[in-house]
Amino acid sequence: MPVNFFPAEFEVVRNSDRCIKCRACERQCSNEVHIYDADFDKMLSRDNQCVDCQRCVSICPVSALKIVPNENAFRKSANYSQQLMIENYRQAGSGGVLLSSMGNPQDYPVYWDKILINASQVTNPPIDPLREPMETKVFLGKKPAGIKKNPDGSIDTHTEPYLELNMPILFSAMSYGSISKNAHESLARAATELGTYYNTGEGGLHKDFYQYGKNTIVQVASGRFGVFKDYLDTGAAIEIKMGQGAKPGIGGHLPGAKIREDVSKTRMIPMGTDAISPAPHHDIYSIEDLRQLIFSLKEATEYKKPVIVKVAAVHNVAAIASGIARSGADIIAIDGFRGGTGAAPTRIRDNVGIPIELALAAVDQRLRDEGIRNEVSIIAAGSVRSSADAVKAIALGADAVYIGTPALLALGCHLCRSCHSGKCNWGIATQRPDLVKRLNPDVGYQRLVNLVNAWNHEIKEIMGGMGINSIEALRGNRLMLRGIGLSQKELDILGILHAGE
Amino acid sequence: MKRVYVNEDRCLGCHLCETYCAFANSGETDMVKAFKTGKDAVPRIRIEEGDGINFAVQCRHCADPLCVKGCIAGALSVNNGVIEINHDKCVGCYTCVLSCPYGCIVIDYKNGGRTVTKCELCTRNNAGEPACAANCINRAIVFEERGED
Repeated sequence: MPVNFFPAEFEVVRNSDRCIKCRACERQCSNEVHIYDADFDKMLSRDNQCVDCQRCVSICPVSALKIVPNENAFRKSANYSQQLMIENYRQAGSGGVLLSSMGNPQDYPVYWDKILINASQVTNPPIDPLREPMETKVFLGKKPAGIKKNPDGSIDTHTEPYLELNMPILFSAMSYGSISKNAHESLARAATELGTYYNTGEGGLHKDFYQYGKNTIVQVASGRFGVFKDYLDTGAAIEIKMGQGAKPGIGGHLPGAKIREDVSKTRMIPMGTDAISPAPHHDIYSIEDLRQLIFSLKEATEYKKPVIVKVAAVHNVAAIASGIARSGADIIAIDGFRGGTGAAPTRIRDNVGIPIELALAAVDQRLRDEGIRNEVSIIAAGSVRSSADAVKAIALGADAVYIGTPALLALGCHLCRSCHSGKCNWGIATQRPDLVKRLNPDVGYQRLVNLVNAWNHEIKEIMGGMGINSIEALRGNRLMLRGIGLSQKELDILGILHAGE
Repeated sequence: MKRVYVNEDRCLGCHLCETYCAFANSGETDMVKAFKTGKDAVPRIRIEEGDGINFAVQCRHCADPLCVKGCIAGALSVNNGVIEINHDKCVGCYTCVLSCPYGCIVIDYKNGGRTVTKCELCTRNNAGEPACAANCINRAIVFEERGED
C-alpha cells in the first residue's frame, strides 16, 4: 500500500481503568472503529475510521470513552491549514470532488452574534409572559393591502390561502432519502402536535405520512421527485425549491445506495439509481417562467394552498425576491449560506452564498421600499441556531424561521458532518435498516416537541422583556436591535444602529 | 401486573441491557467496580439476535409457570406475580431450564452452574425498577402494565 499522506483526524481515548469490555461501542459503531481483541482481552480502536459522531461516548455505560482531535500537527502555516493540506492529499488520492455535509463550518462572521436585543426599563414596562397573554401565532401568506367593500357595502372578507402557525418556527425541508423514515415520522408528528409545519424536501412523501398532510409542506424541486396530484393535494402548502443555502447554483445528488425500495417508490425512480436534481428547473429561466409554475401548481390545487418559493441567499437576493413577490408567490423562503445539507461539494458549501442576516435585511428592506412587503411572507432559514437568533431574524423582518440543524440535534445529531457516507450512527441520515432503527420516533418526536416549545417559551420571555406582547409587533422592528463590533456598511445593510446609539 | 416487554422493531442488539442487569444484580453501587472485581452477576436478560432482528428475552412471569411446577427443590415460588428463586434451595437439576418454554432460566455459570438464576424484575435488588428497561437506549424495553393478567 502506498504511503498514506495524512493521519487519522480523531483519536479515540479509552480509559482502560473504566472500560468493562461490554462491547456496546463495538456493536453500535457503523464505522467499525471499536474492536474487541481476545488475545489482549482489550478493546482496540481504529482511529482512522472515526468520524467523531459521539455515539459510543453517549452510550458507554461507564463513561470510559472520549474522542479528541488528533494532536499530530503538520508544520504550522497561517496560509495552508492542516485541513487544507489534507483535502488536497485526499483529492490527489481520489481525483474526485470533495463532499461535505451539514452547514458551512468555516470561520466567517456570524452576524447573529454581533446583534444585541433591547429590553424595556422604566418608561415602557416589560411584560411577564407567565402572567399576561403573549401571542406567538403567525399567519404566512399574502396580506390584504387595504379594506375592500362588496357592492352591497359589506366588507370583502376573502383572503388568499395562508398557513397558520402556533409559533414562528417551521421545520426545514429535509427529504426522505437524505434522512430516514423514522426521522421523517418524528418531524411529521412533532409538527402536528406543535401546530406548525414540516417540509418533505424534494424526495416526495411516503404514503404512511399522508395522514400528517395538514402539517406538511410539500416541495417541488428541479428533479420533481415524487410529485403528482395526490402529493400536491395532501400538503398544506407547496414549496418550489429554486435553491438551497448550502449549495446555491447546484442541484442535489442522492447516491443510489440510499435509494432502497421505499425511497424508490416515494421518489418514483428505479431502485439503486442515483437521484440527481438538475441545477436549474429546466422550465424556469425567468420570473415569468416561475410565475407559470406557481400558477400551474395553484391551478392544480384549486387555489387553496399558498405557494412558497425558496431561494438561496446570493449576492442579488433582494432583486430576486422582488421578482418572486411579483410572480404570484405567497411566501418567500431565503436560505443562508450556513444552511445544512445531506451532501454538497465542499468548495461550494464553504464559499458560495451570503449570510442570512444580511440577505434577510436586504430583502425585507427592498420589498418595503417597493411597497410590496404585504404581498409575501418571508421565512428565514440557514442557521437559526437558537430562540435568540429567531427573535433577531423576526426583528430583521422575517415572518417565521425554518429550523433544520436544531431539529436534527434534537434527534441526536452531533454534527459530525458525515451524512453523505450514509452510515449515520444516530439513525438520521441513513437508509440502512439496522441504523434507521436507532431513532425511535416515539422518543424523537417528543424531543422535537420539547425543543420547539422551549424555544417558544424563550421567544415569549425575550419579547416580554422588550415590552412586546405579539410577534406581529416584533416583525421588522429593527429599533429593537443594535449592532456590536460592526462596520457602518454592515449596520446600514442590516438597517440597525450600533450599540450606544 | 407490570411486566417487561420488548419491541423487536426498536431493539438494536447493543446488549447494554445485559450489562445493566449484571450490574443491578451485583450488589455493587459502581458499575466499574462491579465488573472489575468480578462481582457482576450473570445477566438474567439475554439478547437473541440474527438476520436483522434482535430482541431481549427474560422471564415472562407466567401466570401458570411450568418452571415452578417442575422445581423439585421448592426453590422457585411466585410472590405477588413475580417468580422468585431461592438460591439456597436450588440444587442445579435444571428441570426449570428444560421446562421453560421461553428459555428464560439462566444457568449461573459464575458459580460453575451449581444453581440457576432468573429475572425477578429487580424487586430484590436496589435498582428500583427493572434496570434493563430503565437503561434501554432506544426505549425498546419497557416496563409497563398491559392488563394481560
